[in-house]
Amino acid sequence: MKDILSGNEAMARGAWEAGVRFAAAYPGTPSTEILENIRNYEDIESQWSPNEKVATEVALGASIAGARSLAVMKHVGVNVAADPLFTASYTGVNGGFVMITADDPAMHSSQNEQDNRNYARFAKVPLLEPSDSQEAKDMLKLAFELSEEFDTPVLFRTTTRISHSKTMVELGERPALEPLTVLEKDVPKYTMLPGFAKLKHPKVEQRILDLAQRAETLDVNRIEMGDPSVGIVTSGVVYQYAREAFPGASFLKLGMTYPLPQAMIEEFRSKVEHLYVVEELDPFLEDIIRLMGVKVDGGKDVFPITGELDPGSVARLLTAAGAPGADADLLAEPGPGVEGLPMRPPTLCPGCSHRGVFTVLSRLKVFVSGDIGCYTLGAMAPFGAMHACVCMGASIGMAHGISKVTDAQGQIKNQSVAVIGDSTFFHSGITGLMDTVWNQGASTTIILDNRTTAMTGGQENPGTGKALSGQPAAEVDIPKLVEALGVKRIAYMDPYDLTETEEVIKRELAVPEPSVIIAQAPCVLQFKIMNDPWTVDSELCTGCKRCLRVGCIALSLLEGEGEEDTLVEIDPVQCNGCGVCAQMCRFDAILPPVPVEA
Amino acid sequence: MTENGTTTNILISGVGGQGVLLASYVLGQAAMKEGYEVKQSEVHGMSQRGGSVVSHLRFGERLASPIVTQGTADFLLSFEPLEALRFFNWLRPGALLIYNTLRVNPSTVAAGLATYPDDIHGRIAETWPNSRGIDATLLAEEAGTAKATNIVMLGSIAAELPFPLETWRDIISRVVPPKTVETNMKAFELGRAAAR
Repeated sequence: MKDILSGNEAMARGAWEAGVRFAAAYPGTPSTEILENIRNYEDIESQWSPNEKVATEVALGASIAGARSLAVMKHVGVNVAADPLFTASYTGVNGGFVMITADDPAMHSSQNEQDNRNYARFAKVPLLEPSDSQEAKDMLKLAFELSEEFDTPVLFRTTTRISHSKTMVELGERPALEPLTVLEKDVPKYTMLPGFAKLKHPKVEQRILDLAQRAETLDVNRIEMGDPSVGIVTSGVVYQYAREAFPGASFLKLGMTYPLPQAMIEEFRSKVEHLYVVEELDPFLEDIIRLMGVKVDGGKDVFPITGELDPGSVARLLTAAGAPGADADLLAEPGPGVEGLPMRPPTLCPGCSHRGVFTVLSRLKVFVSGDIGCYTLGAMAPFGAMHACVCMGASIGMAHGISKVTDAQGQIKNQSVAVIGDSTFFHSGITGLMDTVWNQGASTTIILDNRTTAMTGGQENPGTGKALSGQPAAEVDIPKLVEALGVKRIAYMDPYDLTETEEVIKRELAVPEPSVIIAQAPCVLQFKIMNDPWTVDSELCTGCKRCLRVGCIALSLLEGEGEEDTLVEIDPVQCNGCGVCAQMCRFDAILPPVPVEA
Repeated sequence: MTENGTTTNILISGVGGQGVLLASYVLGQAAMKEGYEVKQSEVHGMSQRGGSVVSHLRFGERLASPIVTQGTADFLLSFEPLEALRFFNWLRPGALLIYNTLRVNPSTVAAGLATYPDDIHGRIAETWPNSRGIDATLLAEEAGTAKATNIVMLGSIAAELPFPLETWRDIISRVVPPKTVETNMKAFELGRAAAR
């Protein structure tokens, strides 16, 4: 049976067909849909974890107990999970253990562009890279086989263009599994005291050598001979681009990209006139191939080290480097676009509970130490109310560091406030707050508790009272947690009430001790909250544009004949009736919906 | 033409929340049902609503890349005029641009930080003469619901693609709520008629 599956759907299917019993993840674009699809396979126990480190640890535990298990995350999540990964490389596995890293070249939805292939070399674990959905499914099964055969975690790298591209897939079935009834104990294997770890390290080094041997015969690594004048070494989605750009060329298509098959590479080199390494981001393959002493005629001297490639850029850049045989259709330089068009960046939804908070923060001119979520859009115009954002959970620690070295001199603009969402707070904000309290900080933390993980599409988190399955679950009590950390000042505010929001933030900033403000208002998109639209009284509106400072796409300027005729109007389809814009109006020109009489 | 000369490249652009991804799903399923190889790629930005959304759809006998190369699209189907003007240079010379004429303000315009281009329909016609603007939202309302705008847009490109009506009906009835199949098929027909 065939279906069109995204790479993420195919990996979920691959996990099922591979007999995976357990999967854990923290959501993050472009990886999120892998677990969301695994959830639909009832014979896989699956869960969201509070962060990627925990997801990796629970999956490793399941592996030690004998289950094939999977940990899934976006590229920066591996930074969080690196600690267990690097030592799991020493313990090895019992049931196969695979970590999927979803990288994001071109940063469609990420704060950096790190190339996680480097983690395979760093942690000394094998790396597989599919180049379409069929391979995403099939190679995940191979990953589990290699994990068990070589007693190693396997890193499985997808990119946005694999995860979010749909291609055709031949579906398979799941093997029947026996229940796991025996928990075997093996102290030297799984207990990484120095004495045991010292015994493991040489085995890890030998394992990579053995895997390099195995790479020579794996059918995911293959030479596809065509015109011998151009030889292209490539992997992942870039293989598809290069195939399209140079349909007649010779290819060394690598499915396992660490460790590399040296004999196969040397054989390919001997068969082609010119050898080019085509890869996005770092010269990962190129560096290793050059270290083998193999001559490379073009790599990062031809291709950029930043951003994505596509068939057109591969065709043009490699042709410029002297390679013949590009598809002529792809060689034309793209024509210029229309200049000066207004951008259409993502924006806070109409009715979003974050809008009022950023409207006030923008007005107060306080330094906002921000975090990762929809609310990062508070950095954008018209708010400009986020002045730093680095990684998940960083806002609180950074605000503490800022306040430690800054003399606020009673001025709000010299103070800093941390802004963090509920899911991000659970992920890694708690320790930052603990630090602030413990080390006698004075900064204020605003927790935007919208009861979901909104930016990635509304996943459950430890505070929502539901698990990935949708079943009821324990719910973290944020005020009690914050209190237990030692915070004495806990305030609440209604983020739809600008006056209250401003009063509470100003009051807490003035206090020389740590404080937490909780703004609890559910995500209107996730919980499908619809309110009737407000309207503008054109007699009262002066066109002063003050309401536009709330950055809502339901508002627009209605241009009249003369300059003075400019008015604001509200799109009744987009407006979600939150009334935040009306609180900005000094002329009472924005009117609430008239209640329909019963 | 790419690789073996029989590939069709379609770029679909619009605004988050307009149903661009559902439309490309229907196109992909229809192409698969007709026996083509299909590849589709999409970028959904970091927020769920309001940003630009682009979907790439390719079908043919044999194809490699899931993304369309700029300058090689056979069709650009835009759900909003500004998103038509933004992406016209993905088209190959002479290719067809079909767009929904209903304007949706970007946040930059809503905030008064930028202005929406004047006479956008004139500018599109001037920039890409082989273009057809249809009031898809109005047609969808005529069929019964503005929510069917994306189905009107599918109808508008249907005459250009080698898929029989039964295939369209089959796929559309799988993706819309059962009670709305006839409304959506009416929307599809109105789109088809409007683009002629």
